[in-house]
Amino acid sequence: MNDFHEFGGYPDWGQPDFGGDAYRRDLHIYLWGLALAVALTVVPFALVYWHAMTASSLWIAIGIFALVQAVVHFRCFLHVHPPHENVDEMLLVLFTVIILIMMAGGTVWILGNLHSRMY
Amino acid sequence: MSGNTLDNPGFRLRASYHHVNREDEVNFGFWVFLMSDAIIFGLIFATYATMVGATAGGPGPKRLFDIGSVAIQTGALLLSSFAYGMASLALRYRSGRGKVIAWLLVTLLLGFVFLGFEVHDFLTMFAKGGSPDRSGFTSAFFGLVPLHGLHVTTGCIWMVVLIVQMLCYGIDDDVRLGIQRLALFWHFLDIVWIAIFSLVYLGGLA
Repeated sequence: MNDFHEFGGYPDWGQPDFGGDAYRRDLHIYLWGLALAVALTVVPFALVYWHAMTASSLWIAIGIFALVQAVVHFRCFLHVHPPHENVDEMLLVLFTVIILIMMAGGTVWILGNLHSRMY
Repeated sequence: MSGNTLDNPGFRLRASYHHVNREDEVNFGFWVFLMSDAIIFGLIFATYATMVGATAGGPGPKRLFDIGSVAIQTGALLLSSFAYGMASLALRYRSGRGKVIAWLLVTLLLGFVFLGFEVHDFLTMFAKGGSPDRSGFTSAFFGLVPLHGLHVTTGCIWMVVLIVQMLCYGIDDDVRLGIQRLALFWHFLDIVWIAIFSLVYLGGLA
């Protein structure tokens, strides 16, 4: 059976075995993704709703839950499985991440620094 | 895209392959678009982060945001992502055009639920004095969150077009590729929404 060697998609469309083992395995991936995503969403919403911690520890918790949920979505819904991916596409994603770290991170860093100097 | 390792002697994770068929090419091109879109979103997130305290005496996050409505939007978008996954599976395992269309309609309906609650939230914010011209914070908010809403709206229109194409032409190669790319787009928008509800809404209400 093919594993998801096509980046973020399905490599071949030709298996008419609806209800077969491959189908059930793919279905389980989506169900796991949904269950994990629901859990990773409900917990931070509940923490914020009941103000379970101080604001700064809430922010850290929210950030961790968001990162983990993004990974779950990439794996279960978009079927991205590094490092077993094609080099062109992984380089595309890694390049995007670097650009984002430099430009978005740099913006927050510099403007945050300016902000703290103003007060 | 060259498969020749001598062309690219640097950082390699795994051997490259030739984009020999149209499906690979089209999907790779769509990933390039998604990643450029991710950079746009990331920079607007950065703008929002620098503006979040700039309320200029106007209403702030705690006054304007409604956690219940955001929870409903989050649930609707997550379930729509799952429903789209079911449409992808129905397509992949050839369980018939009717099943693909039915799951896409479920996805579309949940997309409308999301958009309805989002627009309702925006109108409530306007009524509370949180219109985009009020402060740097509201400008940044209305630059970021409705941009995602516009993406979702575009995805809904695209979905309607694909459903009509399926009804007219059946599931041919073009329709198949369209459904595959819209799947990437739709799941990508759900990931952007994770960032929005975490950073903007939960971060603002924490």
